[in-house]
Amino acid sequence: MADRFHWFALAAPSRFYRLSSVLLPWLWAVAALLACIGLYVGFFVAPTDATQGDAYRIIFIHVPAAWMSMVIYLAMAGWAVIGWAFKARMASMLSRALAPTGALFTFMALWTGAFWGKPAWGTWWVWDARLTSELILLFLYLGYLALVEAIDDPRRADQAGAVVALVGAVNVPIIYFSVRWWNTLHQGASISMTSAPKMASTMLLAMLLMTLAFWTYAFAAAFNRARAIVLERESAARWVQDLLGGQQEARR
Amino acid sequence: MSTMQWHSAAEFFAMGGYATYVWGSYLLVALIMFSEPWLISRRHGRAVARAREAGHSGFGQ
Repeated sequence: MADRFHWFALAAPSRFYRLSSVLLPWLWAVAALLACIGLYVGFFVAPTDATQGDAYRIIFIHVPAAWMSMVIYLAMAGWAVIGWAFKARMASMLSRALAPTGALFTFMALWTGAFWGKPAWGTWWVWDARLTSELILLFLYLGYLALVEAIDDPRRADQAGAVVALVGAVNVPIIYFSVRWWNTLHQGASISMTSAPKMASTMLLAMLLMTLAFWTYAFAAAFNRARAIVLERESAARWVQDLLGGQQEARR
Repeated sequence: MSTMQWHSAAEFFAMGGYATYVWGSYLLVALIMFSEPWLISRRHGRAVARAREAGHSGFGQ
């Protein structure tokens, strides 16, 4: 029921714009609040790890960033394909809005991974299946961004981007299952659907709070960028002019 | 569940000898997550300004 409402609300750029302007302040506030609580639990409540010392505290940003890098890619590819198949303008614009945020999360996952790898494994980087496939994800994001920015006609850019996004989506399950399929230096999944987590509950709580914070942040960032894209593409539309004060005001 | 992990601020910042790695990670993430929203809102502001121009609207801020 609620879902249905959202699908309709997001379908038209004008409705998306109005709905998102109401949602945005809340999303930023919730993201900030969750991050504050998550950091508090992560730094002041969660104990020092018996084997890794305090270096393990990087997990509270590393794992959420890595999850977001994959989730956002799938969302980006999903919206791109919907926009392409159904000629849904808003879907294509959301796809474009997600890409830079996804690329940044991928970069954060790689960076924090290197800063964790050095104390844990003694090296910043190894050409291991998990690390390499995550690096490929960054290149897929950058390739998508370079391609869509290089094509001036937005519709054609969206179509070309959808093809790249869809083909690249194959990489996401490869990243996720790489630790299981190959013998990697990277540790296995932090959370598994089939077994109880192996972490202290406070560590787990901090990681989940930070995940929710990153998730909310990603919504806010992508929505606000989508609003900019909507205005850039539809600046001449009647609803935009009505919203911004209209022609009448101009001739006062 | 212990409530406090640190005995002093210095101990907190030292992160058990892993300060470079822990703060190096958190600093970059903080830098990105503060600058990205700022860059986006600048882009949005520019889009609003351009849309106003497109409508030949003299409507102020």
